[in-house]
Amino acid sequence: MRELSRVDRYRTAFQTIITKEILRFGRIWKQTVLPPVITTVLYYVIFGNLIGERIGEMDGYAYIDFIVPGLILMAVITSSYSNVVSSFFSSKYQHHVEELLISPVPDWIILGGYVGGGVARGVAVGIAVTLVSLFFTDLSINHYGWTLMVFVLTSILFALGGFINAVYANSFDDISIVPTFILTPLTYLGGVFYSIQMLPEFWQYVSLANPVLYMVNAFRYGLLGVSDIHIGLALLIILIFITGLTLYSLSLLKRGVGIKN
Amino acid sequence: MNALALHTLQKIYSNGFEALKGIDLTVAEGDFFALLGPNGAGKSTAIGIITSLVNKSSGHVRVFGHDLDLDPEAVKSCIGLVPQEFNFNQWEPVGEIVVNQAGYYGIPRKEAWRRAEESLKQLDLWEKRSEMAIKLSGGMKRRLMIARALVHRPRLLILDEPTAGVDIEIRRSMWTFMTNLNQQGTTIILTTHYLEEAESLCRNIAIINQGRIVEHNRMDRVLHALHTESFLLNVGGMPESLPELEGCVMRRLDGQTLEVEVSHDLGINKLFEGLTRNGIQVVSMRNKQNRLEQIFIKMMDANRNSA
Repeated sequence: MRELSRVDRYRTAFQTIITKEILRFGRIWKQTVLPPVITTVLYYVIFGNLIGERIGEMDGYAYIDFIVPGLILMAVITSSYSNVVSSFFSSKYQHHVEELLISPVPDWIILGGYVGGGVARGVAVGIAVTLVSLFFTDLSINHYGWTLMVFVLTSILFALGGFINAVYANSFDDISIVPTFILTPLTYLGGVFYSIQMLPEFWQYVSLANPVLYMVNAFRYGLLGVSDIHIGLALLIILIFITGLTLYSLSLLKRGVGIKN
Repeated sequence: MNALALHTLQKIYSNGFEALKGIDLTVAEGDFFALLGPNGAGKSTAIGIITSLVNKSSGHVRVFGHDLDLDPEAVKSCIGLVPQEFNFNQWEPVGEIVVNQAGYYGIPRKEAWRRAEESLKQLDLWEKRSEMAIKLSGGMKRRLMIARALVHRPRLLILDEPTAGVDIEIRRSMWTFMTNLNQQGTTIILTTHYLEEAESLCRNIAIINQGRIVEHNRMDRVLHALHTESFLLNVGGMPESLPELEGCVMRRLDGQTLEVEVSHDLGINKLFEGLTRNGIQVVSMRNKQNRLEQIFIKMMDANRNSA
């Protein structure tokens, strides 16, 4: 075999991790892809059709159309996060993370591979949920490029969050605490089901501290062309979070927190 | 060239426990080297540091001249590890485990499958390549870890108790496999609690205890330090009283078994002569204890007493 260049080796290592991750969630698609689709269908039926018809319009759109972007993004957020947190934690728990630690794979490839796996699941679930949405609404996309970008960036951000959670987790309880007590409330209060313009002024300001609000609105802008937030600011916030979490994740890997010793 | 050189390697865990107290150790290229020590002596910590699974507190690690601090990727590329515990994803197919490991070393998938086939066939696991690892027996899992460790063709193979819990037949076939591998040029570092394994396979030895290297020598020189050897003799006809032979201590275990501790000065021939002269016919004999085991126990006792 010819001598491999460093770039070739890194590319193969990255492909190996990401393929392994995709196969992992693909093998158990009934646990990973199907549940968010069913949950989203229930949201459409209950909040969209049954309750939504009584609510009327929001920001100039039928209520069911208004909640579509938030519901898609909510599924993406949850899937990206839980893919990485469960996969990386179980690799710690079963010690097969050691396969990577002893190999000449740089930390950024390890992180990139796991985050890539999270994004792949986020995209798979996002596509499935979007297809389901077509049964309930006439989905039209106002800004294709923007929609795709926010979709992927949000997935990256929460995959990074899942990674950090997995690094610190010592038990299976630890990997469910953050999604249950932090992620879900932030998502529900992030403008998925309402416009923050409806809130009293004080709570509008409080809502601005919720990072999910920026993502939901940026995504809603891509699909519907409306947003409560300036979209440039939303993109900036997302990028700042991604940069911060990436640097923090890399420092955790470098120091071997939770995985060495 | 040295395959491995440790210089003043120290490890203090966050709870203050000093697992390694500045050890120096060299393993020559091509060697079959035994790293022995009681549980908690520091073997696994040392192996963990060499393989980047544990952060060292201070000191240096060089593998085939590459410094772990300056060029970790080069160091990692040279090493294959077979750990004590099963550390693969039990819910992955056997073939995928080996191929993925190759992928982490940058080996393209097609070549990885070719190599996986080679090593899995050598270890009689090729037929199991599509089965989930969890379905393998304990011995098969150990062999799977060896196949995985070899897929990138490491120059230095570290085997941390590779035969723990496997039956004698598989153990012996693994010994043959390891010996062949060493003869083909792979440097091997072996830790084991089966001291006859270390004695029969390894040319050099280091014994580590309480975070310090207490012996580092050629195996034959270490064994030579043993002045006596104990045997169990199955005898035909036991006399009323045991004869007294110089350089030999005898003890009756039952009607047909004698335990004899013979000094190297006396030798086995003179022992037999003495026994025959006294009307004792030896039917069969075996070592009471492995030689290395005797030395190991003496060394640990001495260490404990001095502590």
